[in-house]
Amino acid sequence: MPAGAAIIIDRVSKQYRRFAHTHRFLTLKSAIVGGNMFAALAPDQIFTALDDVSATVERGETFGVIGGNGAGKSTLLKIIAGTTKPTTGDAEVKGKISALIELGAGFHPEISGRENVFINGIMLGLTRAEITERFDDIVAFAELEEFIDAPVKNYSSGMYMRLGFSVAIHVDPDVLLIDEVLAVGDESYVHKCLDKIAEFKRRGKTILFVSHGLETVNRLCDRVMWLRDGQVQVIGDPPRVIGAYRSWVAHKEEESLAAGHQRRLEEAASDEAVEEQQPLVGEDAPTAAQGGRAPAEEAPTPDLGAEGADKQGAEAPYEPGRWGSRQVSIEEIRLLDAAGEQRYVFACGEPMTIEMRLSAAKPVEDFVFGVGIFNPNGVCCYGTNTDIEKFEAGSLTGEATVRVVIPELNLIEGTYYLDAAVHRRDSFTYDYQRGLCRFRTTSTVGDVGVARLQHTWEFDGSVVWQRTGGIAPAGE
Amino acid sequence: MWHSFRNLLRHRALIQSLVARELKARYRGSVFGFLWSFINPLLLLAVYTTVFMTIFTPPQGEGVDTQPYALFLFCGLLPWTWFSASLLDASNSLLVGGNLIKKLLFPAEVLPIVSVLANGVHFLLGLPIYFLFWFVFKTDAVSLHALWLPVVMLVQLVFTLGLALFLAALAVHFRDIRDILANVLTLWFFMTPIIYPLSFVAERAPWQITWVIGYLNPMSHILNGYHTAIFAGELIPWKRLPVTLAVALLLLFVGYFFFDRLRDSFPEEV
Repeated sequence: MPAGAAIIIDRVSKQYRRFAHTHRFLTLKSAIVGGNMFAALAPDQIFTALDDVSATVERGETFGVIGGNGAGKSTLLKIIAGTTKPTTGDAEVKGKISALIELGAGFHPEISGRENVFINGIMLGLTRAEITERFDDIVAFAELEEFIDAPVKNYSSGMYMRLGFSVAIHVDPDVLLIDEVLAVGDESYVHKCLDKIAEFKRRGKTILFVSHGLETVNRLCDRVMWLRDGQVQVIGDPPRVIGAYRSWVAHKEEESLAAGHQRRLEEAASDEAVEEQQPLVGEDAPTAAQGGRAPAEEAPTPDLGAEGADKQGAEAPYEPGRWGSRQVSIEEIRLLDAAGEQRYVFACGEPMTIEMRLSAAKPVEDFVFGVGIFNPNGVCCYGTNTDIEKFEAGSLTGEATVRVVIPELNLIEGTYYLDAAVHRRDSFTYDYQRGLCRFRTTSTVGDVGVARLQHTWEFDGSVVWQRTGGIAPAGE
Repeated sequence: MWHSFRNLLRHRALIQSLVARELKARYRGSVFGFLWSFINPLLLLAVYTTVFMTIFTPPQGEGVDTQPYALFLFCGLLPWTWFSASLLDASNSLLVGGNLIKKLLFPAEVLPIVSVLANGVHFLLGLPIYFLFWFVFKTDAVSLHALWLPVVMLVQLVFTLGLALFLAALAVHFRDIRDILANVLTLWFFMTPIIYPLSFVAERAPWQITWVIGYLNPMSHILNGYHTAIFAGELIPWKRLPVTLAVALLLLFVGYFFFDRLRDSFPEEV
């Protein structure tokens, strides 16, 4: 063991075994009849949760573990805590360990908070005398002075979590394991917990921190490990590892958004094939007669006028689809970055170009191009069309490409749906593609709302900052 | 296994507080509260006494006095309740306490042990009731042979612990155990001299049954121990009881070994 190491994870692998239902029955039978219980308990399927993971955490270090769902973070923590044994390899911990994995896991609902504190404390390795000594601190930190003698079953989930956290933290361990436990509890309490964790850090205790809150990881941790599908992807400084993880997540989202776009286009196409069975819609026929999935939706694109949006909200929820007469059809919609590459994930503030490739079966003289960007709640974040912006149509013949160039996509982090349409000024629709194209924006800042308004902060001389923040310009 | 055993000794305080918690939590919220520990055996006694006073005649054994019958019956029912309730609780204990095994660094065997001990405390609480009734029904004093009681209890404790560990581990993998167990215990109840004295069987049952009840069933010897020590006020069966203890120790060893082998699978299965 190298000097100063607090946790040594040495080539740890963990396989979970799965048993089929019939297997169980056979096992019981063979256990009774043949007596070969151990042999019969062999698994049907093996799932590898951790694959050859090695890491060393130095004493006094705060070590973060990040990764997607199912990457093996919690399994690793359980192995370090000792509640689960690795299939191969070894995890060694030097010093007293306390795990904030499942807070209040040992609480018995029927007995009082006071009694539970004692039993939970004993479970976590304290003696009765030690608990008596720390009891007041535990209750004070949990802010439960009034309710400590009530049965735990009457506690709210926040109270439950606070008491669990308070007991676990007062064990005063050398090594503290924290697994995404700060999800419950109001904001002020979370801050209190984070302060307590920071205090641990100052006192030179070792902390292993598993979280999806990348900002918190970045702030607290000295080093970070990124687990991916049970394997160590990288271990290193928080900004570098978190950056690598973020871009991997973006890449993955990109792939799934691209796949989704393709699938929705196909679905819309097959929906239309069904609609075409209905009586054909002539050019001059009332558009409402189109039936199908777009009743009375022939408002000028996009549905962004206050009236239109209200009507929309009341009558039909935002549902992806495609309709229109197709005298002009949108062959393809692409989202392009500054370099002209097709992308689905953009950083907030990056340039984005919406490109529509159109083809007109016959020349038309009345046409409006429109786009609208909606968030998942169906709120129109922005929408415009050539008619609103006072373009007057001349003629459109054959193939055409329309680009909406947005130099700075100032939408806050989230998923967005794109509406794109070609229609006549009287709202008769040639082609309307609603929500078939989706994209995401990412942001390193947790600002809220719909769009990011350009801004800077200014202060006069009496305001002093330890560190200045602000939103970095796009593209960095 | 030896390591696990030493680890277990370190958790005495935990076992102690869990037994206390079990007892406290059991009757929390009920009107009579802790009194139920006394009321339960009383009611049970009332039921059996009524049945055997009015519907059946109490079974009589050759040369054994079972009068007053209520006292005889109570003498066997109390330890049997400890035994059967312990096994039922223990077979459930890992499943109920799954959270503890999964989420805390927690020696799993503590749970079945707590089940056995908590029911043992109930048994101990029933004893004063028994002696109270003794003075109501019988005029003579309790024999000094009643001092053998702790020995008999020790044998029963060891035997029950072994079985409890085995069943608890098995029930994690096969939930069916709990249902099977309930029925097996009913059969076992009648195959053990509780409502009848041991000598009763020898007279009328076929030899196989006599053999099972009279020799093979460890609970027979334990129950007979209670009967002789308390009810009859004689020396406990000093040959058979040590043999039973040896069997019980072997079972405890095997049960603990079995439990230890399956230990690692618990967090994934409960």
